[in-house]
Amino acid sequence: MKRIDPRKNYEDTCKRIGYVSRKEAKQADYDRIGFMSGLEVHQQLLTKKKLFCRCPAGFFQKPDEYDAELIRHMRPTLSELGEYDGTALMEFKTKKNIIYRIANKTACTYDVDDTPPFPINREALEIALEISLLSKLNIVGEVHITRKQYLDGSIPTGFQRTAILGVEGEIPLRHKKIRLIQLSIEEDSCREVSDIGHTRIYRTDRLGMPLIETVTYPDMVNPDEVKECCDYIRFLNRSTGKVRTGIGAGREDVNVSCRGGHRVEIKGVSRTKWIPELTHVEAFRQWALLSIREELRNRIQKEDWKMGVLELDPKQFQFDYQPIREAMARNEKLYAVNLPCFGGLLSHFTQPTKPFYDEFTNRLKVIACIEKPNMATSEDIDEIVGDDIFNKIQKLFNAKENDAQIIFWSPAADVKTALETIEERCQMTFDGVPNETRKSFEDGTTIFERVLPGADRMYPDTDSAPIPLETAYIDTLRHRVPDEVHDRYNQLVAWGVPTTVFHFLFTHNYYPVIKKIADELGLNPKYTALFFGQTLKKMQGKYKQRHFDPQRIFEMFAFLKQENIETAIAPKMLEEMFKNPQQDFKDILKALNYRKFRKEEILNQQKSIQKEFVPKRKNTSAQDKVNHVMGALRSWSVGNIALSELAKIE
Amino acid sequence: MAEDFFQGYKGEALELLQKYNVRVWGAAEVETTRGNFTGTILPRAENDDKKHIVMKISTGYNIGIDTNTITGMKETGYKKANYKIPEKEFPYTEGLPHVKLLGTGGTIASRLDYRTGAVIPAFSPGELYGAVPELAEICNLDTEKIFAVFSENMGPKQYIALANKIGEEIAKGIDGIVIGHGTDTLHHTSAALTFMCQNLPVPVVLVGSQRSSDRPSSDAALNLMHAMTTAGHGNIAEVMVCMFGPTSDEYGLLHRGTRVRKMHSSYRSTFRTIGDMPVARVTRQGVVPIKDNFKPRRNDRNVNIIPTFDDRVTMLYYYPGMKPDMLDAITDNGYKGVIWVGTGLGHVNKEMYPAIERAHAAGVHQYMTVQTIWGYVHMFVYDTGRDMMAKGIIPAANMLPEVAWIKLGWALGQTHDREEVKRLMLTPINDETTEREPYNGYLVYQGGSPEVEDFVRKVRK
Repeated sequence: MKRIDPRKNYEDTCKRIGYVSRKEAKQADYDRIGFMSGLEVHQQLLTKKKLFCRCPAGFFQKPDEYDAELIRHMRPTLSELGEYDGTALMEFKTKKNIIYRIANKTACTYDVDDTPPFPINREALEIALEISLLSKLNIVGEVHITRKQYLDGSIPTGFQRTAILGVEGEIPLRHKKIRLIQLSIEEDSCREVSDIGHTRIYRTDRLGMPLIETVTYPDMVNPDEVKECCDYIRFLNRSTGKVRTGIGAGREDVNVSCRGGHRVEIKGVSRTKWIPELTHVEAFRQWALLSIREELRNRIQKEDWKMGVLELDPKQFQFDYQPIREAMARNEKLYAVNLPCFGGLLSHFTQPTKPFYDEFTNRLKVIACIEKPNMATSEDIDEIVGDDIFNKIQKLFNAKENDAQIIFWSPAADVKTALETIEERCQMTFDGVPNETRKSFEDGTTIFERVLPGADRMYPDTDSAPIPLETAYIDTLRHRVPDEVHDRYNQLVAWGVPTTVFHFLFTHNYYPVIKKIADELGLNPKYTALFFGQTLKKMQGKYKQRHFDPQRIFEMFAFLKQENIETAIAPKMLEEMFKNPQQDFKDILKALNYRKFRKEEILNQQKSIQKEFVPKRKNTSAQDKVNHVMGALRSWSVGNIALSELAKIE
Repeated sequence: MAEDFFQGYKGEALELLQKYNVRVWGAAEVETTRGNFTGTILPRAENDDKKHIVMKISTGYNIGIDTNTITGMKETGYKKANYKIPEKEFPYTEGLPHVKLLGTGGTIASRLDYRTGAVIPAFSPGELYGAVPELAEICNLDTEKIFAVFSENMGPKQYIALANKIGEEIAKGIDGIVIGHGTDTLHHTSAALTFMCQNLPVPVVLVGSQRSSDRPSSDAALNLMHAMTTAGHGNIAEVMVCMFGPTSDEYGLLHRGTRVRKMHSSYRSTFRTIGDMPVARVTRQGVVPIKDNFKPRRNDRNVNIIPTFDDRVTMLYYYPGMKPDMLDAITDNGYKGVIWVGTGLGHVNKEMYPAIERAHAAGVHQYMTVQTIWGYVHMFVYDTGRDMMAKGIIPAANMLPEVAWIKLGWALGQTHDREEVKRLMLTPINDETTEREPYNGYLVYQGGSPEVEDFVRKVRK
């Protein structure tokens, strides 16, 4: 017989901690749990080459497209201050074989750590400095390349070369200022192909591409603010026109904590629209972990807690669960552990769809390298192993009423790490929220990814000399930086542009060309902004083309001005440009059957057509007459006369 | 010595630190025209400029502050970092072989040096055990640092000291010797020790690393494990170089000390046996011989140490249009030996002939090797070669130029008798010249060829 009903327990605990969905959540809810969040926004820079070698940047290989493979193992080393980093020790425990797939076109001997770094890419450094200035950071006097350890293998050296360009900046949101901790320039990492058991495979195309990271203070107090801040930083980066766009070119790590919790980093969020849900769920997950801690501490002291371990002989149990049967067929080991006082905690709510035991299964996968499914618990919401078996195991352990049990299966070589992993996670329960980085899912939930690294993984790059930044050089750059995003925002408002199109305009950095069209061609800025924000957006959607060179639109309007053609024809021309990008503007006009008429000719026509107008209805209105005239003259008029003018009926 | 509170700082930077009373390792707040910076002041590398102060900020990054922008500084605390590899006592395990690790410097185990900003060797068995605990499963280890020099500063004096040390250790009954060494001149030292330590009863393994051990992907740990395995458990009692086979973390190769050469300035798999195959392959599981003519391990202690070297020997790398005064200068400066590194089969231009004769007459011993690295000197093929032999240059078969230089220095350390020197030079001690070059002794495959690309895709190079 089950000691508790896991599903009911999950739902009860969800209510008990006061979880509310994001839709229902109010600022008071976030204040109640002490929501706090900060961002690390990564942005690839638009350079021709990589940061520390001369490989081309921005070419990508398919997962199975490579010219050679090589294999490495990573060992933890000391930081400059003589400490080992927690993540490093965790990664060492996993004993991964790390395989790199190299394509000759995109990777060289530097990328695979067989050649020391070349001097830093100046083009990249300059873009990053411009963005630092825009972010109002205090620019350093000398750039020191630092090695930041990454033992997951995502960089073949085992560290990322990175350097701080500025500290202590700020950006303005609508209602508050957000402080920035720092901005660094760094090399991007490899892209993972797969991670199964003890083998992790990477490809090296993205590796070494120049990237900046903007880090904010944890100044955001609700999920929407986090998104607003993220958008602002991304728009700021894009306002230079010198950063990469597209999938993976901008990625965020989102730091979240609740009161009494701990900074947890949600890694690699590639869509800003996921941020609100992710931060909401994470803050409540921590709130739930604190509740679990309280309950556990009420039951037992950390020093008195001891895990029970038992190897199971599968022959003595009747396992129906297919993955267990398959594991036994592979001659894997089967273990049960008794977790004193964890009864009712394993099925405690932590996230929507995820109870507390989810933390264990993902640690077993990541640290002990045991593929999922890798365990069953005495409190599985969807039963994996029947009560009869757990009852038997409980007897073997002589388990108490409020104990819980986990059964796991694993290759013999990984059993030791698996046991350590489970025990360690249990110990952490007494402390509350573990230092972790977590992997995100679209539904807003996260799973354990790594131990959160600290400042203990920094080491000076002995292969690179410091780079001085003279004040005169910084001043030159200062003159070059674009106007600020919030100034642009205010200008759009002043022009009367509806805010609904702002996101699109900033995402694509269309502001500079809108301003240019308004300044140089004298076109109405509101009209121009809407042309981009609505007409162009529609075309990009219709023709599924994310990128369109805005300069072409400037040229189109310049052409219309020069030919003295009314802008009403512009939307049609734009569509032609999407359909047939090679055509010049004259050909486009031909394709649209445009003929040039003088305004007077049309107005003369208009008068005669007006006269010919015979009302067809009894209650005819002035509009009928307008419609009649417009119907007859529209094709003549588009481009030759503003339709509003044509509609003026005497 | 009084503690240096301003380690590495000079000029304006030093004056500022003194003026505001801010020390290295002090927590400091710095006001500048570019804004404020907070962090810990770090030492400065000696060769860096005088115009910047280095600081570690709270996120762990280092930055430099331009002294011209500094308007104020304040020390708010002080905490000196202790960069130390955790030392643990190297455990003794009954039944495991006894290996002696001799340290000469180099990157095998290293730590940060603020003086130069580079890495310096760290060494004790405790440090090594702290960094590579797996070593304790391989052998019982004893270490001794005999010098701390970078590879490029190794020379004849060090060769002699090492040879004598090897003799002593063997007499004391050691099961194998590992020598930690910088990689640049690893193959010079391996050749010297081959000539100086003959009839070895135990393995002498030279090992280094191409990526310093302060890096997570360093080859140092695996190289050390391979070297200890070779020295403690291997059956090959020769002087060998043990380094990565492929650049991947897969296996090491054991190269004969006289046939090995560093062939790439930075690759992990930089060491290659030239004109032959390596003696063996090594993994953590053990040594698997590739060649069958190796000298096996013995129980006796009858090593023959011949620690001689005359450093009045030089090398001349011939280039088209080389002037004879190059050689004349060498002769006039009292050099006793010249290793020629000639073109093709071993040639220099005619213009050089009188100078060659003059050197010969002055008692300079001249031997010919080839710039092609691979292949034999063949001085009978063309007239030029015959002329040169007639004028006193002796072909050194397929001896590598660096090895020939070492061997001539070693030989001249024993005798200047022309015939005796020639006998020493041309009698191979351990394959520095070989009678035949196997087909697979020359494998420099050309990238881009379809069959090579196919191979590289499947086999880790």
